[in-house]
Amino acid sequence: MKKLLAAAVLLLLPAAVFAEGGSILIKNGTILTVTKGVIAKGDVLVVDGVIKAVGAGIAAPPGVRVVDAAGRYVLPGIIDSHTHIALAGTNEGSEAITPEADVGAVINADDTSILTALSGGVTMVHTMHGSANPIGGPNVVLKMKWGRPSEELVVQEALPTLKFALGENVKQASRTVQPGQTQRYPATRMGANAIIRREFEKARNYMAQWDRYRKAAAAKPAPRNLVPPRKDLRMEVLAEVLRGERVARCHSYQATETLEFMALAKEFGFKVQCFEHIWEGYKIADELAAAGIGISVFADSWAYKMEAAEGIAYDAGYCAKKGVLVSINSDSGERIRRLFNDAAKTMKYGGLTEEEALRLVTINPAIQLGVDRIVGSLEADKQGDIAIFSEHPMSAYTRCDMTIIEGEIYFDREAVVKEREEREEAAKKAAAPGGKGGVS
Amino acid sequence: MTMKKVFLIVLLAVVVTAQAPFAPAQSGAGKVVAITNVRIVPVVGAEVPNGTIVVKDGLIAAIGADVAVPAGAEVVDGAGLRAYPGMIDSYSSLGLVEISGVAATVDNRETGRFNPQARALEAIRYDSMHIPIARSNGITAAIVAPSGGVIAGVSCLLRLDGWTNREMAVKPAAAMHIELPGLRGARGGFGGGGRGAAPVRVDGPGILAELKTVFAAARAYEKRRDAAAKDARLALPEFDETSEALLPLLKGELPAMFSVHSERDIKAAIQFVKDEGLKAVFYGVEQGFKVAGELAKAGIPVVLGSLYDLPPVWEDGYDAIFRNAGLMAKAGVKVAFSSSSASVAKDLPYHAAKAAAFGLDKAEALRAVTINPAEIFGVADRMGSLEKGKAANIVLADNDILEMRTRIVKVFIDGRERDLSNRYTELLDKFKKR
Repeated sequence: MKKLLAAAVLLLLPAAVFAEGGSILIKNGTILTVTKGVIAKGDVLVVDGVIKAVGAGIAAPPGVRVVDAAGRYVLPGIIDSHTHIALAGTNEGSEAITPEADVGAVINADDTSILTALSGGVTMVHTMHGSANPIGGPNVVLKMKWGRPSEELVVQEALPTLKFALGENVKQASRTVQPGQTQRYPATRMGANAIIRREFEKARNYMAQWDRYRKAAAAKPAPRNLVPPRKDLRMEVLAEVLRGERVARCHSYQATETLEFMALAKEFGFKVQCFEHIWEGYKIADELAAAGIGISVFADSWAYKMEAAEGIAYDAGYCAKKGVLVSINSDSGERIRRLFNDAAKTMKYGGLTEEEALRLVTINPAIQLGVDRIVGSLEADKQGDIAIFSEHPMSAYTRCDMTIIEGEIYFDREAVVKEREEREEAAKKAAAPGGKGGVS
Repeated sequence: MTMKKVFLIVLLAVVVTAQAPFAPAQSGAGKVVAITNVRIVPVVGAEVPNGTIVVKDGLIAAIGADVAVPAGAEVVDGAGLRAYPGMIDSYSSLGLVEISGVAATVDNRETGRFNPQARALEAIRYDSMHIPIARSNGITAAIVAPSGGVIAGVSCLLRLDGWTNREMAVKPAAAMHIELPGLRGARGGFGGGGRGAAPVRVDGPGILAELKTVFAAARAYEKRRDAAAKDARLALPEFDETSEALLPLLKGELPAMFSVHSERDIKAAIQFVKDEGLKAVFYGVEQGFKVAGELAKAGIPVVLGSLYDLPPVWEDGYDAIFRNAGLMAKAGVKVAFSSSSASVAKDLPYHAAKAAAFGLDKAEALRAVTINPAEIFGVADRMGSLEKGKAANIVLADNDILEMRTRIVKVFIDGRERDLSNRYTELLDKFKKR
C-alpha cells in the first residue's frame, strides 16, 4: 500500500503542488460560468481560495501564478452527487436498519480514487453509505484535496444526509442464502416499505418519550426519581430526519417503490432531497417535479439487473426538461473520471443544450448537496474550484488538463506528462550500454 | 466404426469449418437509392464535400462528386449530413447478454475451461433490445464473442439486422477466443477487488504451455483420424470434441483472438502465435504500449477492450488506458475499438474519441471503428468503407460520427434503410403520452 501511494504521488503530483497559497489567475480561456453564461476569451482570478473576479482583461496581482488557458475551456469543478470513494467501508449490511453507521467516521483520504476523480476534473463528491439496507447511514461531502488529512476534506457547509434504499439490493434478490442462514427481512418491496414506516413510527415515539421527559424535568419542583429514556443512536439520527435537520437520499429504481417512499415522506413530514439512480424516473417525472425532489442518475448504464431493464438513456434529459433537478452521478471510482462524458449524452438523449448538460455535473449537484452558495459555478465570492479542459467538456474529444481546488492545483496534466517523459528518459539512459542498468 | 459414424464425423468437420458467409439478409433488390448533396467520409480515400452515393442491389453502385442520379432512383437528400460507412464493433456480447445480472438472460459464458465447441452464433437472441440501440447509433456490424475459461469458444461477425440469427451472420465463425489472465489484482473501489476477493492467478505463460499440449493432442488426433480413414486396419480414435473443434484454428482457417493483458503475457503470446503458426488478433492488450514495436513487427492487430476502465496497473499512469491505442498505432500496430458490452455497445464511437483525446490521430480513430476491423476480420472486400462495389452499409449523421451530440439520421444496411426505433424510444414515446 505504501509503495502504491508513493507511486501515486510520483505519478500525479507536481513537486510544488501546495506552493501557490490558493491564489491563481487563469487567462484567456473560454469561460463556462454555468450560471452567468459564456465568456469567449476571459479570465478567472482566485485569491486566497476564493474567486475574486470572472471577466476579461484581469491583471495578475503580484506573485500570483498565471495559467494560460488560451484555446481551452474553464469550468467549475465537477461535483459527483453520489459515489462511494475515499471510504474504509461502504455497507453495514449485517442488519437492515443502521442509521448509526456513519461513513463520515471512516473517511480514507489515502484512497487513490481521489486522484482518479481529480484527473476527470472532479473537485467535490457526496460519498455515501451503500444500498444494502432500507435505512443505511449518514453520508459525507468531501473535497478531493489529495494529500490533506481526512478532516480537511469534509465540507461542513453541506446538508446532512441519510442514505435510504429500496428494491433489489434491499430485498437481497441476488444473494444466495447459505445453509444455516435465514433470509434477512425484508425480502420484498412490501417489507422494505413497511420496515421504513416502522422505524419512523419508533422514532416519533422516541421523540415523544424525550419530550415528556424534558417537560417533566423542567417542572418545578422536578419530580423525584425521574428516569430519562434510554438513548438510542439509531433513533437519534431518524429524529434529525423528522426534525428536518437531515435530508433523505433514497436509492430507488422503479416507479412504484419511489412513489410509495414519497408518500411515506409526506406522511411523516420529512424531506427527500434526491432519489438515486431512479431508472424509471421518466415514468413519474410529473410527480417528482411537483414534489420538488431531485434525482441523481446514470446517463446510460442500464440493463445490469432486472430493475434496470427499463432504464432508458432519456431518463436524465427527459426529467430535466420536465423541471426535475437532475444530476449525473458516478457511483463508481472509474466512471467518476468521465462524468462530463455522461452529462454530454443528455444532449443526444433529451435534447439538452451544452450549458444545460454541463449543469448536471456542476451547479445541479451543488444545489442537491446544499453547497450552491459556495461552489458549482464560476462566480465571484464562490470557492475557487475550477477545471480546465482541452476541448468543450461536452465534446467526446475533450480531456481534463488541470483541476484546481480553492485556488490550489491538485491535478496538472502537463506536469504529469513532463514527469513521465523525464522518467522514461532516465530509464532509457540507465538501460543503455554504459548506463547504470538494473532498471526493471 | 460404422460408415454412419465416419459420415457423422466428416459432416461435423464440415459444419465446424464452414467459413462461407450465409446469404445476406434481404438486400434492397431491384430498388435504386441515390443519396445526394451529402458530405462523403469514405474512410478509404479522400472526403467528398458534396457528392452522391448510388445504391443498387444492396451494394454501392457509384460514389463521388460527379455521379449522376439514375432515372427512377429514390432520392434521399443528404444536404447538411455526412455519410459514413457503418461502424463495426470488434468485440461485444450483443445478442448473448440481455440483463447481465439475470442469469437466465446471459449466454456468453460457458462453464469449464476448454470450450472450442461453443459457437456464439448458435445462441444469438436476434431480437435483443440492445441490437436496435446499437444500430440506431450507426453501428451496423459487430463481433459477438463468448468469454470465460481458457478457450471461450467461437465468435461470429453479425450484421445488425435480420430476422434470424443465421440471416444476421456475415461470418458464422470469426475467431476462436483464448483468454489469458487479467492484470487486475486486488485494486480497491466499489464493487471490485476488496475484502474476500480471490487473489488473481497471473500465469499467462503457464496457460500457454497448457495450450501447447492441448494443440499437440488435437494435431495428433487429426493424424490418427486421417490415417485410420485411409487405412481400414488402423483403429479409429474415439470422437474428440475439443480436438475436432480446434482443427480449423490449427489449420489457419480460423484466427485466434487472444485476450491478453500484461506486457509479459503479450510477449509470450507473440512467441506462442509464431511457434504454433496461428493467425492471431489480440484483445484487451492494456500494456500493449509497452511492447508496441514487437506487436507491429509480428503483424498482430489489436482490438482494444473498453476504455471505460482504470489502468489495471497504477504505475502505468492514470491515462494508460486512454493513451494505449495512440501509442500502438504510432508504432504501426493496426488497432480497432470495441464496446466489450451489449447494453452500452452504442458507445463504440466514444471509445475511439476518447483515445483521440489522448493522442490517437482522429482519422485513425475513425478507421479503428470501420476499415480496420473489416481488415482484421477479413471482410474489407465487403464493408468498412464507402467504396464502389462494397455493401451499402451507410450511416447519415448530422455531425462527426464520433461526437456525443451527433444525431444519427438514417442507417442503411445492405442498401435498405433500417428502422431506428428501439427500446429507448418505445418507452419514451409510451410515457410521453402520459
